[in-house]
Amino acid sequence: METLWFILVALMLAAYVVLDGFDLGAGVISFFVAREHEERRIVLQTIGPVWDGNEVWLIASGGALYFAFPMLYASGFSGFYLPLMIVLWLLMMRGIGIELRSHVRDPLWWSAFDFLFSMSSFLLAVFFGAAIGNVMRGVPLDRDGYFFEALWTNFRVGPNPGILDWYTAMTGLLALVALTVHGAHYVAAKTEGAVNARCRRAAAMGWPVLVCLTIASLIATSSVRPGILENFRLHPWGWIIPIIVAIGLVAMRIFVTRGRDRAAFFSSAAYLAAMLGGAAFANYPILLPATTDAAYSLTIYNARTGDYSLRVGLIWWIAGLALAIAYFTFMYTAFRGKVSRRPGA
Amino acid sequence: MDSALTIHRLHFAFTITYHYLFPQLTMGLAPLIVICKALAFWRADDRYNKAARFWGKIFAVSFLFGVITGIPMEFQFGTNWARFARYSGGVIATTLAMEGVFAFFLESSFLGMFLYGEQRFGPRLHLLASVMIFAGSWLSGYFIIVTDAWMQHPIGFDVGLDGSAHLTSFWSLLMNDWALWQYLHNMFGACITGSFFMAAVGAYYVLARKQEEFGWLFLRMGIIAALIASIVQLFPTGDRSGQLVTQHQPVTLAAMEGLFNTEAGAGIVLVGQPNTEAQTLDNPIYIPKALSFLSYRRWEARVQGLNDFPKDQWPDNIPLLYYSYHIMVGLGTVFIAVTAAAAFLLWRKRLFETPWMLWTVMLSFPFPFIANTAGWLTAELGRQPWLVYGLMRTDAGFSHKISAGNGLFTLLGFMGMYTVLSILYLFLVWHDVNHGLED
Repeated sequence: METLWFILVALMLAAYVVLDGFDLGAGVISFFVAREHEERRIVLQTIGPVWDGNEVWLIASGGALYFAFPMLYASGFSGFYLPLMIVLWLLMMRGIGIELRSHVRDPLWWSAFDFLFSMSSFLLAVFFGAAIGNVMRGVPLDRDGYFFEALWTNFRVGPNPGILDWYTAMTGLLALVALTVHGAHYVAAKTEGAVNARCRRAAAMGWPVLVCLTIASLIATSSVRPGILENFRLHPWGWIIPIIVAIGLVAMRIFVTRGRDRAAFFSSAAYLAAMLGGAAFANYPILLPATTDAAYSLTIYNARTGDYSLRVGLIWWIAGLALAIAYFTFMYTAFRGKVSRRPGA
Repeated sequence: MDSALTIHRLHFAFTITYHYLFPQLTMGLAPLIVICKALAFWRADDRYNKAARFWGKIFAVSFLFGVITGIPMEFQFGTNWARFARYSGGVIATTLAMEGVFAFFLESSFLGMFLYGEQRFGPRLHLLASVMIFAGSWLSGYFIIVTDAWMQHPIGFDVGLDGSAHLTSFWSLLMNDWALWQYLHNMFGACITGSFFMAAVGAYYVLARKQEEFGWLFLRMGIIAALIASIVQLFPTGDRSGQLVTQHQPVTLAAMEGLFNTEAGAGIVLVGQPNTEAQTLDNPIYIPKALSFLSYRRWEARVQGLNDFPKDQWPDNIPLLYYSYHIMVGLGTVFIAVTAAAAFLLWRKRLFETPWMLWTVMLSFPFPFIANTAGWLTAELGRQPWLVYGLMRTDAGFSHKISAGNGLFTLLGFMGMYTVLSILYLFLVWHDVNHGLED
């Protein structure tokens, strides 16, 4: 049962990263590909009707995580106190950046909100990447399962790490590049003309960096967490995950050069999902590894909630998600197609 | 002021009080927008479509502010109240997670459809979208109330070997008696905010000779809705909520009423300042025996005073609790008086010749926000010194790893952030109201 919930929470998080990933990426990329007001408006319109729904996946994953593994939520959220608060502030700035821009017809107002949108998207991508880095590297959990990390200590991976050290900075950078490329694919698929062309160029330029960082992060992870490949040895079918990562990488390159934007977008979606899936697979059954003493690590067994809750939860969760997926399918079909220059729109 | 406990309490109190300014408006406007859309649909009257579009815009801005100030709320159980989150996660995480899965997906999907899809989907689906937004926002309210009701009146669980609470009955959690009445009381409170707001905009349009046709429409709808909601707020929802407090939290009742000594035939205080040092009320004005009657339905019933309870069970801020409660009840009474008078003038078609009434309606819109806030302060201060009533004390629940310094740092950050948000929000709503309805 706890394994099932581990998979469900991981799936929800993956859905969040793939979905909100493209609108975060669109925020970063709008800085590079949209040069004047009208182009910026078009980029915003590509995500306008969907970003809020995408962000709900974060709330829903957070809720599911608290539900299934209350100890992880209590420990992780208080331990990552400072970066989480900063993430909250950034999410606020991004929300108003997207939604309030069109409320007032004034170039000064527009540029302020464009900046807010791009800057907060940029920092959020880095922070989310660093968060995954922290979960991979481990945190200084005490006997009761709690910890607290300062934003940085000495930038070294050791028994007393900060949120940022060389390893998590690297995963932050990886997330930034990955989401930017993902966002470029999305905006390319939703636009025409100059913006579309610039997105394709940006995606093509980001690709080699993404490949290098992906490889480097894999090497770094196995040096920071020496036993991390254990699960792959025990369950060789898991190798399918890195294979999907590789296929995703190669496919996005091919599709971008051929100008097949939608296919490129789905490739980067597969890449992101597989990267996360790989991290979850490698960590299982650990949820949050301890750098202090391996016995203090939070696992799906010591962090889970009661049997009854998990059983009942399965029923309402499936019903709720089925509904959510129905709304999403409906929304994406209703708003499909390209966003173009429409006077007065 | 400098202890970690105080900082964490202030942190939550500040962010949730600020957050709830927005949902009470959106939950109150949602049914009114549905009524506009329904009237537009069945009467084939396009004015109501314009009204729905206008209120949809105000709704959308308020909804956005509700969302971005609401995300911190779900985080803060873990960030600032980690030991509470661990203790109660086996129960309240169910409702919090259900809110995400059932309410938020619903709201966010259909709000997009409502705002961007009127042309594309046609009137029938657009009406449906407004109903779904209404359902989503009210459902969201229910899950939150159930969560709070469990903290007020915990049921349907047992405490496991790990020392934390585990759910044993899903339906008794969701159907908690406390939650049902608290929910209705809260939602009609939101309706009061929404309808006063609508009536105030209407009064402004009429007084400013601007969009007068819509001014009258908003006034009519707003005043009628506000009158109904204000009455239901007093009886039965307020009355029943009070009875539940009497039954399950008698010490809270004593503190709310400023009743230090047990009395038979206790009166209800209209005016008076509690003096906790001398354990008296200064310059009190009473209605004799009313408290006994309201609490127990008998004029001579004995009502327990604070001194009947051990001091460590007393709510820790009695004056603030007392004032919050009295402000809520006092304003609630004023709302009934104002809306009844306005509705009477409206019915006699004399509202237009009565500018002082229009001014009253226009200027009264902030007070429902105050009354709702005071109501929540009453509920949550009344629960003290418990986090989960009778089970976990507040000083046992905060995140002990977060120092007071780090807590103050982020509290100040939120204060700065919310100052900016307030300025933006007021500017935008003012901008939208002044811009008026499109022709």
